[in-house]
Amino acid sequence: MFLQLLANGLVAGSVIAIAAVGVSLVYEILRIVNFAHGDYLTFGAFVGVAANVRYGERMLVATIVAIVATALLALVLEFALWRPMRRRGAGFMSLFITSIGLALLLRHVLFLVAGAEPRSYAVDPFKVYVVGSVRLGGSQGAAIVVGAVAIVLVGLLLARTALGRKMRALADDRALASIAGVNVDRVVVYTWLLAGALAGLAGVLQGLVQASFTPNTGFQLLLPIFAAVVLGGIGSAYGALVGGLLLGVAMELSTWEELAGGVNPVYKPVVAFVLLIGVLLVRPQGLLGKERLL
Amino acid sequence: MSRPLLEVEGLEAGYEQVAVLHGVSLEAAPGEIVAVIGPNGAGKSTLLKAVYGLVHVGGGIVRYDGDDVTRKRAHELTALGLNFVPQQDNVFPSLSIAENLAVAASVLPRGERPDAVARLHKLFPLLRERRRQRAGTLSGGQRKLVALARALVTGPRLLLLDEPSAGLAPRAMDEVFAKLAEIRELGIAIVIVEQNARRALALADRGYVLELGRNRYEGTGSGLLHDPKVAELYLGGAARTASSSTSTSTPGGMKPAT
Repeated sequence: MFLQLLANGLVAGSVIAIAAVGVSLVYEILRIVNFAHGDYLTFGAFVGVAANVRYGERMLVATIVAIVATALLALVLEFALWRPMRRRGAGFMSLFITSIGLALLLRHVLFLVAGAEPRSYAVDPFKVYVVGSVRLGGSQGAAIVVGAVAIVLVGLLLARTALGRKMRALADDRALASIAGVNVDRVVVYTWLLAGALAGLAGVLQGLVQASFTPNTGFQLLLPIFAAVVLGGIGSAYGALVGGLLLGVAMELSTWEELAGGVNPVYKPVVAFVLLIGVLLVRPQGLLGKERLL
Repeated sequence: MSRPLLEVEGLEAGYEQVAVLHGVSLEAAPGEIVAVIGPNGAGKSTLLKAVYGLVHVGGGIVRYDGDDVTRKRAHELTALGLNFVPQQDNVFPSLSIAENLAVAASVLPRGERPDAVARLHKLFPLLRERRRQRAGTLSGGQRKLVALARALVTGPRLLLLDEPSAGLAPRAMDEVFAKLAEIRELGIAIVIVEQNARRALALADRGYVLELGRNRYEGTGSGLLHDPKVAELYLGGAARTASSSTSTSTPGGMKPAT
């Protein structure tokens, strides 16, 4: 039972972690708390369902289409919205409020275009893999594997590539990066492409794992995503990964019956936030966050 | 003096509501060290930031190598062969020393990067030994050296240095000034803003005195250093080796700004 819950937790945690890395990168590099990130996820999930159900593409193809489309959405919004806002000297709060407006806009456009009824991918929901004592649906297995691969790739990108180094430099100090010769606008574009691609992937995975989804799905996931970012340490992409996985696992394990009977699954989100508060009491900067005065 | 590498004419600049520079002019020839001194609030640091496009420029013109570069973005200036070392926040603290240099070196064509870094390691052996250490964990003096190295790795023709010795212990300060003398040998022009006016003028070929955002005096480094009036007003007392021979009439000596 413990292993099963752990596996379920990794499934939920992978999705949260993939999304949280995107939120964290955008925050680190652009100083935008993107409230609309959940709706980027939903957008990805819907593009995926259009490709998969309406046009009958295989799930793999549909996922790639969703990733590309969401990256492009993020790119378009950078040019149409975020860059003009920055040029006009918009502050942290203006950008935050803008992102709330954008979240509402995206969600309701999806309602208008796709309708409110729940959607599902054309996958076999009864396909089950058994590993030892753990039973995982095909979608869940895919979420863990794809999530792990994506996480490793993002980690390598940040740690080992010139682009990753520039992203970290920009996160440290935007003015200095520009002095050092980094074309800040270009790195920002790559950041949005990466965050968008990860959001598209997370959206499809969430749609698969949940079995069905609506235009509200991404928004409902936003709170755990933000919790993962804060838990891991605001401004630390690696922290967001750890935070996401930890939250997913903690929420699932809290229902373990041998753990003082386990909590009612309805209260899983409560567990997540108790964990968050507990960690922040001990480490206000989050698990991997830098200590800093704000 | 050969054709100036940097020409600043009537530069007006400042922050959102406050103008700090009211028409400052300055020139630096290739390979020349130019010191900018003056009391707090004279606009010395703002001058460097304005040249680098980091503050709002309201008027005036900045030319580099004959081309108008006013309001060019910082990374474009860096690509042209300028570089700037801010007084504070001049390293990427969460990056290692090697990464600090690598970020800056990516301006260069791929093939030239290893040589550029190797050259820097020769000039700053410490940075090679500690290349894996995070810049944020270094002492103030070591950070200044990393910042200098970061600016030098692109092989600039002109360096703008904002208070390179500020906040340093005397020994670290000596080390920074020694490095500046070495950099001069490389033929790189330097515009240096310094609180420690005596040392800056002693190093400099020429100097400018700013006051309240305007040019006040200019002259040769030693001319300004030995001028009794400059000494009294800006160097905290009578010039140590002041002599009346370095007066306003001395060629190349102090002359009132035009």
